[in-house]
Amino acid sequence: MNNGNTTREITLTVNGRKRTVTIEVRRTLADFLREDLGLTATHLGCEHGVCGACTVIVDGATERSCTQLAVQADGREVTTVEGLNGPNGELHPVQEALRDHHSFQCGFCTPGFVMAIHGMVEEKKAGRPSPCSRAEIREELSGNICRCTGYQSIIDGAEAALAAGAGKES
Amino acid sequence: MKPAAFEYLSPTSIEEAVQALTDPDDGDTKVLAGGQSLVPLLSLRLAQPARIVDINRIPGLGEITESGGVLTIGTLVRQRSAEHSDVVRRACPLMAEALPHIGHTAIRNRGTVGGSIAHADPAAELPTVAACLDAELVARGPRGERVIPAAEFFTGFFTTALAEDEILTAVRIRSAAPGTGAAYEEVSRRHGDFAMAGVAAVVRLDGDVVAEARIAISGVDLVPVRAGKAEAALVGRVVDEPTLVAAAEAGVADLHPSADLHGSAPYRKHLAGVLIRKAVRTAAQRARESR
Repeated sequence: MNNGNTTREITLTVNGRKRTVTIEVRRTLADFLREDLGLTATHLGCEHGVCGACTVIVDGATERSCTQLAVQADGREVTTVEGLNGPNGELHPVQEALRDHHSFQCGFCTPGFVMAIHGMVEEKKAGRPSPCSRAEIREELSGNICRCTGYQSIIDGAEAALAAGAGKES
Repeated sequence: MKPAAFEYLSPTSIEEAVQALTDPDDGDTKVLAGGQSLVPLLSLRLAQPARIVDINRIPGLGEITESGGVLTIGTLVRQRSAEHSDVVRRACPLMAEALPHIGHTAIRNRGTVGGSIAHADPAAELPTVAACLDAELVARGPRGERVIPAAEFFTGFFTTALAEDEILTAVRIRSAAPGTGAAYEEVSRRHGDFAMAGVAAVVRLDGDVVAEARIAISGVDLVPVRAGKAEAALVGRVVDEPTLVAAAEAGVADLHPSADLHGSAPYRKHLAGVLIRKAVRTAAQRARESR
């Protein structure tokens, strides 16, 4: 088995910083971010793509970090929740909207929701079909599971983020 | 470390990829495309292949083209790209309507059209679309290229006619003819969950009479099922409620779905009938509107 193809050197950009690392090829991107880079804002719930807590942005699109291998991120650009803050730690507009609407309780699912909503705002800015009504937002966020809030406040926050985000730079 | 150890190869040509599948010839190699099914299987150690061949670095497998009345979707086309493609919407409205049922946006941003078909989950949308439209599945192996009709492609539960040294490279579908309407209906417990039953329907009308009907059902057998008897019950008839009821009855007569904790066998059978009526009704309506 150990014939040189079980570890690999990759170069990727995480939150704007280019890194070259040697990793085991069987490491998932989520485990790489959390355990190797210490970026623990990306949470792991179900670890098979259902709960959405591990959602990150890869080359501009939301993706699950638990259902891809870190080695596959070679040459790609990954953004986690840690990468959304301003230079002095200011909250991202999506985070502000969620804070203003009390869109979380325990906070475990929140990073995934932040990234999913960020993705919706970016799609809207890019002029692609994006959710407008509460029903559409609900449908779009069905890929993220929250066990505390009952979702109403999260939909409120997403609605505000979409309304504010379309005119703002992120 | 969640997945068991494996050897990872990321070929940059289809020839190199086929070589990686051929050698060693131990059948213990998996092809990795979008990974939305395979990576969870690795992490859960339900799959423990000795070798992974990641085809994502192979150029040319991610194109959507239409020529001579045939839509060709490269195996690596992301489901989300197909969903947003004007070509797919026009040439294959059935697939465009089925795609949003798959998982969620973040899954479809990574999941591929070819990967879903090659994975052959009988509850999944794209295998059902392929069966409904008699898609041609293009495969490359050490003996060159071959084209497998959808009717021969899905051979069993998560099992296809692809040999262990073959890679699905593209899906070919005849572009939707004028006067044709399509609809995809499914019932799942939550959006993005696997369907308890789903129906893909295409209806071509000649005047008010059905000239051609295609119906495929997901989630009720080991493979997506073509409802030939329901199709026969529609051809030559006007799509009214008695005809829909007769077609639905004919379509589910031979089904023997299995039960799980989400639904009994009779419930799934009932569901398939309801969805046949609903999908055919909508498809016929769209066929009328398309003229």
